[in-house]
Amino acid sequence: MTTFDVVIALLAATSVGAAALVVTTRQVVHAALWLVVSLAALAGCYVVLAAELVAWVQVLVYVGAVVVLMLFAVMLTRAPIGRSADTDGARLGAAVVATAMTATLVVLLLKSFGDVRVDLKARPVGNGEVIGSALFRSWVLPFELLSLLLLAALVGAVVLTRDDIEGEQ
Amino acid sequence: MSSAAWLLPAIPFAAALLGALPACRTRPRAAAIALTGATTTALVALLLLPSALDDPTRVRLDRLLIAPAGALQVLAGTRFDSLAAVVAVMVGVVALAVQVYSVGYLHDDLRYPSYAAQVSLFTSAMLLVVVASDLLELLVGWEVMGLCSYLLIGHYRELDYARRAAVKAFLVTRIGDVGMLLGVAVLGTAAGTTDIGELLAAVPRLPHGALVAGSLLLLLGVAGKSAQFPLHVWLPDAMAGPTPISALIHAATMVAAGVYLVARLHPLFLASTVTLDVLALMAAVTMLLGALAAFAQDDLKRLLAWSTTSQLAYMLGALAAGGYDAGLLHLMVHASAKALLFLAAGLVLHAVHTGALSQMRGVARRMPVAALALIVGGLTLAGLPPFAGAWSKDSVLAAMKSAAGGSGPGPDQFEGVLLYLAGLATVLITAAYVARLLLILLAPPAPRGDLHEPRLSMAQSVTALTVTCGVSTFLALPDALPSWLPAPAGAREGIELSVGGVTLTAIGVLAVFAALWLYSHAGARDPVLLLGSSQRRLRSGFGVDALYDRGAVRPTRSVAAAVAETDASAINHAVEGIGRSAVRTSSSLRVVGAGRVRSYLAALIAGVLLVVVSVAVVV
Amino acid sequence: MHLAVPLVAGALLFGLGIYGVLARKNAVLVLMAVELMLNAVNLNLIAFGAYLRDRFRTGEVTTLFVVTIAAAEVGVGLAIVLLLYRRRESVDLDRATELREEAA
Repeated sequence: MTTFDVVIALLAATSVGAAALVVTTRQVVHAALWLVVSLAALAGCYVVLAAELVAWVQVLVYVGAVVVLMLFAVMLTRAPIGRSADTDGARLGAAVVATAMTATLVVLLLKSFGDVRVDLKARPVGNGEVIGSALFRSWVLPFELLSLLLLAALVGAVVLTRDDIEGEQ
Repeated sequence: MSSAAWLLPAIPFAAALLGALPACRTRPRAAAIALTGATTTALVALLLLPSALDDPTRVRLDRLLIAPAGALQVLAGTRFDSLAAVVAVMVGVVALAVQVYSVGYLHDDLRYPSYAAQVSLFTSAMLLVVVASDLLELLVGWEVMGLCSYLLIGHYRELDYARRAAVKAFLVTRIGDVGMLLGVAVLGTAAGTTDIGELLAAVPRLPHGALVAGSLLLLLGVAGKSAQFPLHVWLPDAMAGPTPISALIHAATMVAAGVYLVARLHPLFLASTVTLDVLALMAAVTMLLGALAAFAQDDLKRLLAWSTTSQLAYMLGALAAGGYDAGLLHLMVHASAKALLFLAAGLVLHAVHTGALSQMRGVARRMPVAALALIVGGLTLAGLPPFAGAWSKDSVLAAMKSAAGGSGPGPDQFEGVLLYLAGLATVLITAAYVARLLLILLAPPAPRGDLHEPRLSMAQSVTALTVTCGVSTFLALPDALPSWLPAPAGAREGIELSVGGVTLTAIGVLAVFAALWLYSHAGARDPVLLLGSSQRRLRSGFGVDALYDRGAVRPTRSVAAAVAETDASAINHAVEGIGRSAVRTSSSLRVVGAGRVRSYLAALIAGVLLVVVSVAVVV
Repeated sequence: MHLAVPLVAGALLFGLGIYGVLARKNAVLVLMAVELMLNAVNLNLIAFGAYLRDRFRTGEVTTLFVVTIAAAEVGVGLAIVLLLYRRRESVDLDRATELREEAA
């Protein structure tokens, strides 16, 4: 048991707890806010796991952009502030499937990696310099492709949300 | 020469096949094929006759193994001896006469081509029965004859009663055929062979039970085919077919097959006294019943039909009494007489367009050919000398008398006496109905009005048969036949003929003729009026039909109706219920496909999990 | 450090995400649950990257890619949600049943 263990366990527990609230709370806005907590705790985990750049990206993209988008969506769909009764559907079946999935994953992972130790100091921290050189040396092609994907998603989102675009007819 | 015997069934069969081809279904071609086939068949039969009669004791066998069925070796082939040769000539000649006659009789019938082919097939089947060397082979011809009789009796298929008659003939003979099949099976199993020659040779070695059971079962088949009591009911109704078919069935093919089978297997039947008793009783009942019913008929063809039943009983009675030659002689004589009578009756029917005797008073006075034919045929049937019927009938009676005396082979004395008495009584009743028939048809005055002229081919074949029937007198003269047909061991050899017997018979017949003539002449009355109120009962054949209707047909129908009802209500509903429950189940399962994506997703994930877990467990 | 700690945390997050996707009716909430599942995967990627220590830093780079794709997904997803809302005045997924079989 090292300091790393303690810290990461605490952060992970925070993240999981917040995630549990995300999927159970009756208030839509609260769910978005709990999502912030969960994702931020995950960013902490990344720092512990020596992935510094990814942690920053996580904070910027997720905690910043994605959650803000979510809040916009909540507002645009006029979700009620406060409790709303119609957030959940059939919970029992969902709980059974989710529990089974979690149990399966946990058992598989523990059986395979239950006693593996990781030496976190054995290599350089994944800061901007390190990740940037890996990205632009080894991963250039997927990176460029992803830019295309983002462009397509952008166009798609615009086309979907605007109803004043004339079709071919 | 003997190897040509297979031609006898083969030629008409080829004619039937050719006639069934679509290209040959025009009237001239069908007639040409049928007539060529029938002529060739009759010629072959006549050509084969002398060599068969040269050495009457010789049996020519040509056999071919067709099916080694376990212990049974089924051999198909021909067994040609004097018996087969004589009967083949009879079949060939009558079939030829019928084919010629039909060309005229069915001149306006659109279905003539198929009719002609069916007649050819009928002839072929009968000849197969005649020359068959194996009981199973014989059975094939036997069954094909049943089919042909069904088709031809139901020729006028638009008529309801013709269809009924065809079905009735088929079903009633079928009852007999079941017995026949079982009989062949019993005998074949007991003797280890179904070959006729080997079977007859094995008769002394057969266990008594198998012998009695087998011969009694065969007798059932004989009763069905030869229209003997209690399976005689189909024959009068079979008159619904065209008249030449009646001639064919009554003279040469169908009903002769039963008599032929008994003659063929005569030693087998003689070996079982029980069977002979049954046969004798059956013949005695049938000959009286048939003759009485014939006398009471209102319809010309039905009269002749009942007469056939009665005369067939004569033949079988003679065979039961051990009179092999007598029975076969009567078969021959009756075949020519009955074919002649039917064809002549066809002329009359053709002329007046009705079968009712009451409409035919004096008709024959305007039709010389028919009149001559009716007189020759009728007197032969009645057994008046010098016509051949006198000799054959007297020899039959002589055989029955010896059986009644308890001498020689035959049934027990009691049955023998019954048979003899029935035979004597039937002579008189036969004379009575023949007299009635002739008196009605020849009674003056001749009717006025149009009569339909017979066509040339009809008159030709009737004339030819008249001559044949007259000539047969000489062929059947005493001492001519015994040398033709050597009786098998154990049977009565030859014809016992006494001048006294013939004279007494003739006197009796003449007395009946005279009495009826006086009766009808006195007031132009139909002699049938003598019967008074009992005519109805006699005409219906003592109500046997009604009895069968109540006892067998209606119960069968109600069972059939119940089965149909069960099928409709229980089984059908069960099937529909299965269908409906499937529909219900699937519509309840439809909830799954309610369009909720989340539940699809849940099922998807659960399925993936299942796969992963099972792979993990296995690996 | 025990590798099991982040792995189990990732599994739990993934399970919670599945639960959210399956149990929630509100489309926005379902999207949030999807984000949870993506993040669970990311945590795994980072943890295995730290464990394997490869020269290309595959774990971290792939995580960046996933984040990018997730951003695109959220954009398009929210656009669809807005469209849904505009069409039906509701984001209740149980009412979007066009895949249902027509009643016979």
